[in-house]
Amino acid sequence: MTDQEILAGLGEIVEEIAGVPADEVTPSKSFVDDLDIDSLSMVEIAVAAQDKFGVEIPDDQLKDLTTVQDVVNFVAKNAGDSA
Amino acid sequence: MTSFTPFPPAAGARIISLGGYQPANVVTNDEIAARVDTSDEWIRSRVGIISRRYAAPDETVADMAVVAGGKALASSGLSPADIDLVVVATCSTEVPIPNVSAMTAHRLGIVSPGAYDLNAACAGFCYALANASDAVRVGTARHVLVIGAEKMTSWIDPYDRSTCIIFADGAGAAVVGPVADGEPPGIGPVVWGSAGDMADKIAIPDRRSYMYQEGQAVFRWATTTMHPIAAQACERAGVAVSDLSAFVPHQANLRIIEAIARRLGVPRERVADDIVHSGNTSSASVPLALARMAERGELKAGSPALLLGFGAGLCYAAQVITVP
Repeated sequence: MTDQEILAGLGEIVEEIAGVPADEVTPSKSFVDDLDIDSLSMVEIAVAAQDKFGVEIPDDQLKDLTTVQDVVNFVAKNAGDSA
Repeated sequence: MTSFTPFPPAAGARIISLGGYQPANVVTNDEIAARVDTSDEWIRSRVGIISRRYAAPDETVADMAVVAGGKALASSGLSPADIDLVVVATCSTEVPIPNVSAMTAHRLGIVSPGAYDLNAACAGFCYALANASDAVRVGTARHVLVIGAEKMTSWIDPYDRSTCIIFADGAGAAVVGPVADGEPPGIGPVVWGSAGDMADKIAIPDRRSYMYQEGQAVFRWATTTMHPIAAQACERAGVAVSDLSAFVPHQANLRIIEAIARRLGVPRERVADDIVHSGNTSSASVPLALARMAERGELKAGSPALLLGFGAGLCYAAQVITVP
């Protein structure tokens, strides 16, 4: 899975859960400050990401993933581990 | 030992009547925002609550249980003498003893019934309803008064934004009795369980502390593990999800309710959203929502409704009932 594929998949998830257009989900954006996504929606995004990418994002790590790039990196790193 | 129960076993149990009680004091989001850093918009978007009810300082769990239980008893057509067992689901009593159920029974004029309190937190009413159904089916009781009553505000820090916006006070009740000969059961098989490994996610750590809740962890648990439990309760009752006239989950948080309903496949208009004006009243939330929906004529008598309780413990329980 390339970073670009993860980013595209994440964009779909964010659009579905938070109603933010997928093309606005760009790497430097902050979920809270730029995309207006709250902590409960972040949990929903993490759960959807697990379904889509097969990577679990635990709550204690979720709080450190503040930007779109952070999530892309986390998925890329851990998808490799579980593959 | 001879096999003996005081009453003949019943083919099934059913809910005969419902009753609800809410304290008079309506607390708006703006009132809460005046003391903690929050806003009406923030509360509505996070938990879906517009207002909730707080008990008066001197109003007890038993006071609320008596009113809700009295209403259910009055509309059942039964007399206090017909009630053999009183079960009060609660996790917010002022003191551990005496229990709420015996006092409540006494104040309702129910003389010497079996009486116990049950603590499965927000799942308590569904647990108590399952126990009541079993008692009627076996014949250890003929009619049971089941109550969920909570004064959550006793245990909530009024300055803790993560809990004070959510929890509230109230009571709901049901009278349970046998079905008529030849009728199918009106309370379906319970699906229950617990996840004690997550006990610390919702807790009152010691007797000097207020309640603590790890919101994200509970949200994830509820939205990912409860819809299969609810689906299993339907399956065991032989009822298709599409045939449910109502889905009444614990009124925990509107976003949890909507997420579970979406995954279960219940259309939004059939889902109880009593939390909007009642807040989260723990074990009272399911019977209170039922009673309020019945009062407004939103429940169709004789149709199947799905109940689902979940919360601290973590404990959960679900069953399908026939609407009285």
